[in-house]
Amino acid sequence: MATEAHSEGATGYIIHHLTALRIGEGFWSLHLDTLFFSVFLGGVFIWFFKSAAEKATTDVPGLAQNFAEMLIEFVDQQVKDSFHGHSKVIAPLALTIFCWVFLWNFMDLFPVDILPLIGSMMGIEYLRVVPSTDLNATFAMSISVFFLIIFYSIKIKGPIGFVKELMFQPFGPWLTPFNLLLKLVEEIAKPISLALRLFGNLYAGELIFILIALLPWYVQPFLSFPWAIFHILIITLQAFIFMVLTIVYLSMAHEDH
Amino acid sequence: MSINATLIGQMITFALLVWFTMKYIWPPLFDSLEERKKKIADGLAAAEKGQEQIVLAEKRAKLVLKEAKDQSSEIVILAQKRANEIVEESKHTAKQEGERLILAAKGQIEQELQQAKEGLRKEITTLALSAAQQILGAEIDKAKHQDILNKVSSQLG
Repeated sequence: MATEAHSEGATGYIIHHLTALRIGEGFWSLHLDTLFFSVFLGGVFIWFFKSAAEKATTDVPGLAQNFAEMLIEFVDQQVKDSFHGHSKVIAPLALTIFCWVFLWNFMDLFPVDILPLIGSMMGIEYLRVVPSTDLNATFAMSISVFFLIIFYSIKIKGPIGFVKELMFQPFGPWLTPFNLLLKLVEEIAKPISLALRLFGNLYAGELIFILIALLPWYVQPFLSFPWAIFHILIITLQAFIFMVLTIVYLSMAHEDH
Repeated sequence: MSINATLIGQMITFALLVWFTMKYIWPPLFDSLEERKKKIADGLAAAEKGQEQIVLAEKRAKLVLKEAKDQSSEIVILAQKRANEIVEESKHTAKQEGERLILAAKGQIEQELQQAKEGLRKEITTLALSAAQQILGAEIDKAKHQDILNKVSSQLG
């Protein structure tokens, strides 16, 4: 890859790494790499937790069960801390978001060239392995969360209550158009900020890995090693933030004013 | 970097994952967690109860021990008393027995004395007779002087 990159130039190397494997044109095209890796990682998540759930005992837990229970307890604690309603969806949703986003981000820790190299051996020209560097993936998740926010707002407050909240808050009925504008911006900002925060962090992180990979080989370890260590923190933190914000937004949707 | 149908695919995947987690992953793991929590809490409660029981049992044991000590000292005192009594009693019987023996010995001595006296008297009679026989010789006929002899003999008794 490195020799190829030099022949194409540094820019070519970076662009190549950040281009998705795409089929189709226009809107109805698919990023196969994003879909493949996110479904695969979703499968990893499901497989791990399912096997832990099947073997779940109330006696001394095994290693897998212990780990799964640790995560579940952690997520449950987060939900209990910020969400005061009663919902069967939110905790599993938060767990899914945390684990899935974490696994997406974790792909960032693979050496930047190894998976594209294997892909190119199998005749795949472009391969972007980190789903969270694809806006489609992060927006898909945040828009789903957005739909849930709308759904729960209407379910808890009733359609009229929801419209009332949009129009009469925070400044009372005399400033309805202003209120509506403010509320719409507030609501729409939620999914956008969720998606862009995750995307931006991971895209930038991946870009820095790629830039480090362009440097001479004897410099690379001293930069990519600390950056990878730092990245362990970032990927966990981003997954955590996405989860906690989802919980907070949904609990706001559950609160009746 | 364009937004395209991948978004829809991702949303469907996400929905499926959330549904699966909600249905098959969260409940069993969470239930087992709760159940274990309850088990541990029960275990701790039982342990505490056991501790309390130990304290109670210790108290009871102390009480029983004290009772036993009291009883044993009582028994010792009683035994000592009884022993004293027995000693006194045996002293008493020994004294009585001694007195009785002395009395019996005295009686025997008396009897023997009588017997000795009787014997002596008979011997003296015999001796006197034989002496008289020797002194008187053939002159005195036993048959003739039986009366006199009897008189002498009775005087001696």
